Amino acid sequence: MAGASAPASLAALPGIARAVPGPGDDAPVTARVALTVNGVRREIDLDLRTSLLDAMREHLHLTGSKKGCDHGQCGACTMIVNGRRINGCLTLAVMHQGAEITTIEGLGQPDALHPLQAAFVTHDGYQCGYCTPGQICSGVAVLEEIRAGIPSHATGDLTRPPELSEAEIRERMSGNLCRCGAYSNIVEAMTDYAEQASGSRA
Amino acid sequence: MKFDTPAGQNPIDRLRVVGCPTDRIDGKYKTTGTAAYAYERHDVADHQAYGYVLGATIPKGRVRAVDTAAAKAAAGVIAVVTTLDVPKLGLGTMNYASLFGGDRIQHYHQAVAVVVAETFEQARAASFLVRIDYAPEAGRFDLAAEAPHAPPAKADSGEGSGADGAERVGDFEGAFAQAPVQLDATYTTSDESHAMMEPHATIAAWDGDRLTLWTSNQMIAWAKGSIAKILGIPKQNVRVDSPYIGGGFGGKLFVRADAVLAALAAKAAGRPVKVALTRPLVANNTTHRPATIQRVRIGATRDGTITAIAHESVSGNVPGGVPETAVDQTKLLYAGANRLTALRLAELDLPEGNAMRAPGEAPGMLALEVAMDEMASMLGIDPVEFRIRNDTQVDPNQPDRPFSHRDLVGCLRLGAERFGWAARNPAPGQARDGQWLVGMGVAAGFRNNLVMKSAARVRLDAAGTVTVETDMTDIGTGSYTIIAQTAAEMMGVPLDRVVVRLGDSDHPAAAGSGGQWGANSATAGVYAACTKLREAVAQRLGINSADADFAGGEVRAGNLSVPLAQAAQAGELVAEDAMEYGDLAKRQQQSTFAGHFVEVGVDVDTAEVRVRRMLAVCAAGRILNPKSARSQVIGGMTMGVGAALMEKLSVDKKRGFFVNHDLAGYEVPVHADIPHQEVIFLDEVDPTSSPMKAKGVGELGLCGVGAAVANAITHATGIRVRDFPLTLDKLLAQMPDAA
Ligand code: FES
Ligand code: FES
Repeated sequence: MAGASAPASLAALPGIARAVPGPGDDAPVTARVALTVNGVRREIDLDLRTSLLDAMREHLHLTGSKKGCDHGQCGACTMIVNGRRINGCLTLAVMHQGAEITTIEGLGQPDALHPLQAAFVTHDGYQCGYCTPGQICSGVAVLEEIRAGIPSHATGDLTRPPELSEAEIRERMSGNLCRCGAYSNIVEAMTDYAEQASGSRA
Repeated sequence: MKFDTPAGQNPIDRLRVVGCPTDRIDGKYKTTGTAAYAYERHDVADHQAYGYVLGATIPKGRVRAVDTAAAKAAAGVIAVVTTLDVPKLGLGTMNYASLFGGDRIQHYHQAVAVVVAETFEQARAASFLVRIDYAPEAGRFDLAAEAPHAPPAKADSGEGSGADGAERVGDFEGAFAQAPVQLDATYTTSDESHAMMEPHATIAAWDGDRLTLWTSNQMIAWAKGSIAKILGIPKQNVRVDSPYIGGGFGGKLFVRADAVLAALAAKAAGRPVKVALTRPLVANNTTHRPATIQRVRIGATRDGTITAIAHESVSGNVPGGVPETAVDQTKLLYAGANRLTALRLAELDLPEGNAMRAPGEAPGMLALEVAMDEMASMLGIDPVEFRIRNDTQVDPNQPDRPFSHRDLVGCLRLGAERFGWAARNPAPGQARDGQWLVGMGVAAGFRNNLVMKSAARVRLDAAGTVTVETDMTDIGTGSYTIIAQTAAEMMGVPLDRVVVRLGDSDHPAAAGSGGQWGANSATAGVYAACTKLREAVAQRLGINSADADFAGGEVRAGNLSVPLAQAAQAGELVAEDAMEYGDLAKRQQQSTFAGHFVEVGVDVDTAEVRVRRMLAVCAAGRILNPKSARSQVIGGMTMGVGAALMEKLSVDKKRGFFVNHDLAGYEVPVHADIPHQEVIFLDEVDPTSSPMKAKGVGELGLCGVGAAVANAITHATGIRVRDFPLTLDKLLAQMPDAA
């Protein structure tokens, strides 16, 4: 399908190359993709079919972003692209030329945790840990969305800025499944972090 | 070390580290994405190729032919292995359906081929080019249609079972007929999917005839033995490694197709291969919790004393499979002189049913604890009081066999007090909060405590670091942390002096993670190894080990006080031992208990159910780490909300498969479904379980909670639905007038 017969116009685009044709003439069409990942500029040659998630996990070996479904159904692959959270599995890497991407590895490291990562540890906001990077990336972005005044289904009054309430957090985080059932603790971790953050802002 | 008499005073009782709500020691890795799960082990083998699994598109029949020519010619393809390329493979431990090999298709999405290519995209694209010619056969997919002629299943204990597979005490039929108050109700529960967030995944690499699997598996020693058996290779040639597991819930207790196919594909490709099941394969390719049809009969006197109790269940499985043991808790939970439990098993051609978190009790408690609620309301007795009135301190099947420790009554009383139960109007449908009809429900929680042999190795080095090595797994349960706490307590060092290495089959075999036996059993194994290490330390230091006190990083005896590290100056000390069990668990019944309390709101117009409050009070022996134990319980409570309100694998009874086989179609609770959850642990120890005096909590949180949700819905609306999950379509027609 995708690689079966690339239109001539596509092959003519700068940076897009066909590998040496193999049997069946279905050799992958590749493109050089430049991304800034966790503050570092990376250039990689990628099969056009490569999802942004697989670009991170399989090519850059940034395996913190998880693959739970590869279908946009679980949120395990949540990463922050140009300031907004997205499901890395639902988008192709080649669509993000020049994008600024923050993955869980870019938020903090084991010896220098981001405050929300630290709050997850304190509140035991995880069990198996597989949904956790997605929850934390989503959590960081959700609190930004609330601060930016972006409403949600749980926002009662659209003429006013949304409140930083548990109902808002639960609604906005509902695309991040946790089969271990750490929700109660995740909301507490996020609330704790949001309060710290607003305290330090004031 | 043998544990055959109740534990006396021991170093764990100091509770300097054990029993503290310590943060998880693996937390900083999990929260930064630096904990590497099976498919992410780029570092363990060079030149990993990608395997993509194809599942059968018929539920039953034969594979006549497979045409792989186009796939093999596709770009990047290294190998294609089809089920016709290998003979039917043996079954691993507790697998009932074949994982791969041969021409028989036993269920939908059974693996039929794996395509190996240089990249994931190439393997996936080439998999679409594989042409499979099937000879389909008719199958049986409808439990309700098969149930009437399902034969009795062999009851597992065998004691007291009759020819009809039933276990009887006294004369159930006679006593039930004479009981002044009788309940006879049938409940149905649905097929459920584990739906763990990490799909099954394995990287396989051969080195000559030696195979290494970096995989996601709860039971390492079983996996090693099973893969050897399935592939027909010596067990000592297999290594299995699972340091992090992205959830299992029983779905990763046994070797699955990802491991088998990765091994075969790596052989065919001549290089390491990584395979993950795609999400849509998980529901039908792997196992599930089977649906049940359960009949509960309870007879009682007017004052609420149970005189007769019966619980019968029928479930389905692949030929050769086992029943869902949904009646087990009913043998032990309540008193009553006349009793009957029975299981029947229908053959179905759906995917294999097998253990999912709290197998047996999870669906069984849904039926029993709703029946208890129904009975309480027929009797006009408060449902908390009705349960307390029928408490038993002995195994009702064998009255000379007491419970080792049983405080169900304490759980229910404290729970009622904390939840504000006294304010509940016993009449249903009376409480209203705006748009919501509000109700409170209660259920008992019950799950047996199992103990399993478990081994560990402990090292002390010259820097004073204690390293624990065992093949125990941490599936989110907190094993890393409680094992570190145990070693720290035993050796008298702070937690940060302990290193824990798990999940590697080169380490001593532990109990593994299943049946909520892991925490107590695995830490008891570490206790045994540390006891040996303490002796070795004392010997090195020339101290009588009986006099030695290990504390503050020192070994003290009389006036002597020596840094622990000194014992290893002349070379690392290593000790290995296992904890094995005598017959204590036979002589006394070890179980765990809870009181589950739930408040729901039901929308007066739409019948939408929202869970508003949840409380579990648990009695489960010593709690090794209240923080991670609490997480286990809230995780169970969350899964219980799923079972009560939304989880159902929908069977296509014509085409023979679970239709909603992804995370959009199979609904699990999300953030918006779950309120703040409260958990209280009663302060208790059980010296009969192990020197740790602990019991399991990993499944207790799930057992009964769904019934508490259901009972709360009935209290809110007056409607009783006996068919789980309780989706709003089942309530809507009977909703009281919204006015
Ligand atoms: S992996 Fe992207 S949403 Fe599930
Ligand atoms: S921590 Fe396991 S899925 Fe969320």
